[in-house]
Amino acid sequence: MTTRSKMIEIDPASNTPAQPTPLPKSPTGIQGLDEISGGGLPSGRTTIVCGGPGCGKTMLGMEFLVRGAQEFDEPGVLIAFEETPEEIEQNVASLGFDLKKLVDRKKLFLDYVYIEPSEIQETGDYDLEGLFIRLQHAVNSIGAKRVFLDTLEALFSGFSNDGILRAELRRLFRWLKERNLTTVITAEKGDGALTRHGLEEYVSDCVILLDHRVREQISTRRLRIVKYRGTSHGADEFPFLIDDQGISVLPVSSVEMKHEVSNERISSGIPDLDEMLGGKGYYQGSSILISGTAGSGKTSLSAIFADAACRRGEKVLYIGFEESVNQVARNMASIGIDLNQWRKNGLLVHEAWRPSQYGIEMHLLRIHKLIEKVNPKHVIVDPITNLVTGSAQKEVYSMLVRLMDYLKERKITTIFTSLTQGGGQSEHTDIGISSLTDTWILTRDFELNGERNRCLYVLKSRGMAHSNQIREFVMSREGIQLVPPYVGSGFVLTGSSRVAQEAKESAEKLVRNQEIEQRQQFLERKRKALEAQIMVLKAEFAGEEIELERAISEQQNRENQMELDRGAMSRLRLGSSDRSRVAKGAKSAGGVK
Amino acid sequence: MNKKAAGNGKSEADAGKMLQLRLYVAGQTPKSLAALSNLKRICTEHLDGEYELEVIDLVKNPQLAQGDQILAIPTLVRNLPVPIRKIIGDLSNVDRVLVGLDLRKPEESEKSGSSRSTGAKA
Repeated sequence: MTTRSKMIEIDPASNTPAQPTPLPKSPTGIQGLDEISGGGLPSGRTTIVCGGPGCGKTMLGMEFLVRGAQEFDEPGVLIAFEETPEEIEQNVASLGFDLKKLVDRKKLFLDYVYIEPSEIQETGDYDLEGLFIRLQHAVNSIGAKRVFLDTLEALFSGFSNDGILRAELRRLFRWLKERNLTTVITAEKGDGALTRHGLEEYVSDCVILLDHRVREQISTRRLRIVKYRGTSHGADEFPFLIDDQGISVLPVSSVEMKHEVSNERISSGIPDLDEMLGGKGYYQGSSILISGTAGSGKTSLSAIFADAACRRGEKVLYIGFEESVNQVARNMASIGIDLNQWRKNGLLVHEAWRPSQYGIEMHLLRIHKLIEKVNPKHVIVDPITNLVTGSAQKEVYSMLVRLMDYLKERKITTIFTSLTQGGGQSEHTDIGISSLTDTWILTRDFELNGERNRCLYVLKSRGMAHSNQIREFVMSREGIQLVPPYVGSGFVLTGSSRVAQEAKESAEKLVRNQEIEQRQQFLERKRKALEAQIMVLKAEFAGEEIELERAISEQQNRENQMELDRGAMSRLRLGSSDRSRVAKGAKSAGGVK
Repeated sequence: MNKKAAGNGKSEADAGKMLQLRLYVAGQTPKSLAALSNLKRICTEHLDGEYELEVIDLVKNPQLAQGDQILAIPTLVRNLPVPIRKIIGDLSNVDRVLVGLDLRKPEESEKSGSSRSTGAKA
């Protein structure tokens, strides 16, 4: 126990978490492995790396040693039983490791243990003290903290006395532990057992199993931590890759979904589409699926998004599985998008490779590495469906889950395009990832009256009030425009039938207008006739009125005259005897009338 | 280095016939001591002085273990004549040691009951 507490003091690089975990760990520096092992291999203990031939055991051990020496200031000892130091130097030179320099700087000690059974004769009792002495010498000469034994099983072919060998192995592991050496040993995988010679019986702290499978001509390497005493670890199989930067294990998808979300909205590059997406576009850091049949404009929609993002000065990573970089650039130029300018100034990183080139994990790893390198704000994968050709569907699904998880954690907006088979149900993605995406835009062709027209609609978009309309879009030199929808007599029309319908409607409108005009004119005429009649009547009436007035005034005059006459008569009668003549005269006058 | 040259004044020209032996031990362990005394007996009984013996203690000179690829202790190495032969163990089985040193044919050793071992070549 004392040695272990000392270990914590002298090993500042060990990634001991803040919680009171008793097990210190030595980081391997291998991308991803430290994550799934919760910080590295157990410090001061022995780890078995087992697996079949060519699965990368030696590479893992070497990287553990070299990175320990280079990055964590922990010198390491390699005891190689199978390869000479020269061979190992050559092997790892391809990873950019300069073993000679490390040896010269006393960061690394290489010892090649060669056992030739044919020249050894056993007689009587012996032990493997020579190995211990060599190990001790190596450790002492550089102050090593790490040891890599590759592979101890060579001992089994070199010595025939199994009993002695096993006792000595047990002693070796105890010896390593006592000296607090963080050790990796490699072992061949046995039939039905982790190692051929049952080495795991002696070492039970940490066992890592490597696997190398080939399916449909595509190889996949996998790593699994079978056992890691005293710590929690990812127990799944994790794919890993060996390339010019060494081993990288696929980072784990976190079990808890607790990535932060962004409220920032970003434009899709098409104002009308933004309008459909609650008026503001996508959420930053969300995953967007654009699915559709062949030639329905998925790549164009993605490219427009990329173009818009670059215009805002945001970095975009475009990963193509279908078209070469130049082909996409040329094709997008035809709709007025110049991707080359963004590639030149580094805002757009466009990579394209064949989906059948690697297994699914390799794709994922390569995407991961690119993301780490480029650090983009948005990622476009076009199309994900092509990945299925290379691998089984279930694996693609799990890969995409991991990828999405990873991207969300980094708050990277992602656009996946997915090709749906024509004639099939379009609301069904091959890989079934639609439930994982936040926004799903479906593009499809409508066939009507001998033409195909592109339409898109937002099938779902989490967290925003999105349009439920199917909109036609037209690609032209000016980019993509969403055409205002024809929403006439209860149905949506697209393309030329929309135009025809619109023409028909305007003709109908014209006819209706003419009719109204006619009726208006008729009414006007009628009004005028009416007015004329009124005039006549009024005139007639006026005539009669005048007549009447004249008659009245005549009557008046006559009465006045009669009054006058009567007055004259009476005057006459009163003045003479012929008063009756006057009255008579008056009478006769009246009789004249 | 504990060097015991037991040659009896032979010239350089005769070195080809000479056995050049190195015994690797690690400290004064019982196994090491047993091997040394067994070897000495074999040398005097069977080698008639035609040998050179070097005893190397790896506790004192650990760096020497690499050169002769020593893992097991004790190990007796016959460097000359070629090919190199290694005999590991406390050398208690004289017949096997002699076969290992190519001083006796394996057929002869079978009388002593030991099986044909990997080190013996016809």
